[in-house]
Formats: sequence, structure tokens, C-alpha cells
Amino acid sequence: MTVRPEPLLRLHAVRCRYGTQTVLDGIDLTIGDSDFIGIVGPSGSGKTTLLRVLLGVMPPVAGTVTRRDGLRIGYVPQVETINWSFPVTVGEVVLMARQQRFMRPRANRQDHADVETTLRRLGIAELVDRHIRALSGGQQQRVFIARALLGAPHLLIMDEPTSGVDVRTRHEIIHLLAELNADGLAMVLSTHDLNGIATHLPHIICLNRTILGAGPPREVLTSEVLEETYGAPMDVLEHAGMPIIVDRPRHGAHTTHLSQGAS
Amino acid sequence: MMQWLLDPLNYAFVRNALFVCTIAGGLCGLLGVYVTLKGMSYIGHGLSHAIFGGAAICAAVGLNFFVGAGIWGLASGLAVARVTRRRTIGADAAIGVITTASFAFGIALLGLYARVKQSIEATLFGSVLGISAEDLIVIVAVTAVTLVVIIAFYRPLLFTTFDTDVAEVSGVHTARIEAILMLLLCGAILASMRVLGVTLIAAALVIPPVTARMLTTSFNRMLWLSSAIGAFAGLIGMYLSYHLDISSGATIVLVNFAAFAVVYAATSPARIRRRSRAFEQRERA
Repeated sequence: MTVRPEPLLRLHAVRCRYGTQTVLDGIDLTIGDSDFIGIVGPSGSGKTTLLRVLLGVMPPVAGTVTRRDGLRIGYVPQVETINWSFPVTVGEVVLMARQQRFMRPRANRQDHADVETTLRRLGIAELVDRHIRALSGGQQQRVFIARALLGAPHLLIMDEPTSGVDVRTRHEIIHLLAELNADGLAMVLSTHDLNGIATHLPHIICLNRTILGAGPPREVLTSEVLEETYGAPMDVLEHAGMPIIVDRPRHGAHTTHLSQGAS
Repeated sequence: MMQWLLDPLNYAFVRNALFVCTIAGGLCGLLGVYVTLKGMSYIGHGLSHAIFGGAAICAAVGLNFFVGAGIWGLASGLAVARVTRRRTIGADAAIGVITTASFAFGIALLGLYARVKQSIEATLFGSVLGISAEDLIVIVAVTAVTLVVIIAFYRPLLFTTFDTDVAEVSGVHTARIEAILMLLLCGAILASMRVLGVTLIAAALVIPPVTARMLTTSFNRMLWLSSAIGAFAGLIGMYLSYHLDISSGATIVLVNFAAFAVVYAATSPARIRRRSRAFEQRERA
């Protein structure tokens, strides 16, 4: 008989409120080693709040959050929240993750070696002395992933890792994340990008205040679940074995438009 | 030139003033890096005005300036930090509400007590000529404490200044770090206020880091450069004040501004493009 390892994080019947407004309710979620989970949902559905609960900075008003002893979590914020004119080099950003020894602000040889190893792993070692603004979108995202990885996390949490990036950069990021996950790193990310990201993940959660669907994308991404999650009609097509989500055209509006054009 | 530099050193009070202005300029330049990068440039202006209220109370009740104004400034700074953390109120609005109320309180006391008026004028416009031994000790002590704290908390300070939310998630006590920064700032303003004056201290906090930022893309180098520019402006500004018989606060700020203008012109994109074109032509030749 094999013993299942203790999960990294387990949420049971979690409820969160901002003031009197309930933003999450009845959340049950288990995150195990090497899991790769995407959270999808409309704006205001509670995605960021759920990430904050997982990070431990938002205590729920009801329910329980159980963490494995010694759990280390790395966090990658949305790049849109970064102050890109801040005078820091790539190396300085990555080093932020390393705690400072008392009265020794300068990094030691070991710190520099660890930064170089992490940047090399992500393919950006040559950028260590560059200012963060002088990088491409994909390189910028890698810098913040490197900072999170320097703390040797068991779980990486990312808030919208592909927001505001082009298609090529999105491909770069999703491949990088898949490689890190294949190395055994568990990941949870939030995303708005259903076709570009969510359908490529092994497990997704449809969230709108509560979990409306969870599982592999092919099982979860149905018109019913998507309509319940987003409050708008959507169709799910299939291409090369992958689901593709499209907005369902509003026939009435379309007809009106054509008839106006004809007149 | 040597005479221009050496003549003022014959007087003990000018030597004191040169020392205090240089240290105060460097100290404001150093802390100004954190203030400007956190987008709180207005805080120096606000806190100096808040401390003015405390100074007015000290003069009215005969309390020691540094003790009374220090406690008052500290309370104002912490109140600003606390109000700012409530996200519905922006930092600029929090500073505006708390510090201007304190300044208005000082002005009201000015109107009520004649003796307050005399001692407060020096606080408002700065006076280097009457620098006491106590002022020298305070500026040296505040600078030493600031340096020790910045070295001791270098990375948490940098992380909190760069990205407060992620720093908090990563285990940095950001509220504590912000409170420490506010304490250092209050100390620096308090120690520098007599030489720079309430009305001009904000410039000493903002101009050196902005100038330094145009010269470097490294945080570490920005700290050194900003301190050096601030100290240089303090020293030269004080010399100018002595030779031209102008208020020291004004000359220090004007030297700071001159440094800013020179660096701004030298690092303008058009000039950099011209320089790189000339370099390319030389390379081709």
C-alpha cells in the first residue's frame, strides 16, 4: 500500500470578506507536490483574493487553511504592478529574495553564485547587470520568476504571468513554466487568458466567488461552466485535440447591424 | 580661489555652519532616495511643516526644541504612514491632511504668543549663524544612526521601497520597515531644519536623488551619488551664502538645482543621440 504524501496546502470551506462583502465562499482546494493549477474567472471573481489566501496574507473569516510544515512559497506579481523606472539591475532584483546577514548589505560570494545559477537556469545569466527596463517582456517575467526561485520554493504562485505580453512571449513563459513544473515545482497561477494559457494547463479551476468547476480543461471548460463563471454565453470548439473558447455571437444584434447597413 | 575657500574658515561659526550644511545635505540626499522612489516626495515638505507645529509649541511652553518638535514630528510621520496604509486615502492626501493641520496649529500659536514669533522665524527660514554645539551633536548623531540603520536593514528597505506587497508576502515586516524609514526621516528633518528652514528642506530631500537617478540605473550607486550631490550642494551653498550674504537654505537649494540642470542637459536623449552618432562616425573613420 502506498502512502499519499501530505499536500502542500489544503483549503477547506474557506470564506473571505472585504468589509461586509463576501468575495470567496465554500472554497475547497488541495495543492499537492508538482501540481500545476490555473485559476480562471472574470474580473472581481476572487482570483487575487484566493492567491492571497494561499500566500497566507489574507486570513479567511471561516474555514481552514492547512500548510505542510516548512512550506516555502515563491510569489511572482503581475509585471504591470512593477515600477520599471526604479534603479535596479536584474541581479539586484533577484537578490531581494535573499535575507541579509546583520550589518552586511553586500551580497557574498555564495549569494552571487546562487543568483548566477538561477539566472542561468532561466536562460538570462548574461543580463545580470542590465536595468530591468532594458529587457523584453519575456525576460522581465523571467527575472521575477528567478527572484521567486532563489528562495527554493516548493510552490510558485503567479498573478497573471502573461498579462500584457505578445503571443511569442506568452509561448516562452508557458514553456518555461512547464519545464519548471516538470522539475517538480508545484504552481498555481491566475489568468484571464483562456485559450493562450488555461487550455494548456493540466488542471484548472473556474472561480466566481466559489469554485464552479475544477479538473482538466477538456472536462471543465464546457459552455455551461463558462456561462456560469463569466455570466456570458460561450461556445467550446475543438482544434487538434485542444478546446478553443469563443464568444457566442448575439444573433439578434448581428442581424440588426446587417439590416442597418443594407438600408 | 583658495582665498575664497579658506577665508571663511577663520571664523568658528562658519566652520560649524560648513560642517552642518555638508552633513545635512548628505543626510537629506541619502534618505531622499527612499522618499522619491516610494513616490512620497511631498513627505519632506509635509513633515517639515508638521514639525513646525511642534516647534511652535516648544517655544510657547519653553520645552527643548529637539525633544518637543521631535515627538510631534514622529507622531505626525507615524500618523501619515498609518493613514496611507488605508488604500482609500492616497499618501499625498494623508500628508496634506495631517501635516498642514499641524502647520496651521503653529501659525495659530505665532499669532497668540509674541515670544513664539521670535524663535520660530529661525525655524521657518533657517539660520546657520547661530548653530550651537547641541545642533552639531544632533546632526552627527542622527547621521550616524541613519547610516547604521540603512546598513543593517539595507535589503528589507530596498525590497519594501521597490515592491511593498511582494516584500510582505516574502516575510519582510513592511509596516515596521516603513515606520523605521519615517523615524529616520523625522530625525533628519529635525536635525537639518535649523540650517535649511521649513520652507526649503523638501528641496534638499528631492533634488539630489532625482539628479542621481539621471546618472545611474543602480540603486546602490544612486545612494552614494545622491548623498555626495547633497553634501556637495550643502558645502558650496554655505560658501555662497557666506560670500554673497544670502540665506543658506536658498543657496543650498540653488546649488542643488544647478547640479540638476547640468545633469539634465547632459543626459538629455537628444544629446546622447548626438554623442552616439559622433562615436559611430569616429568608429567608421
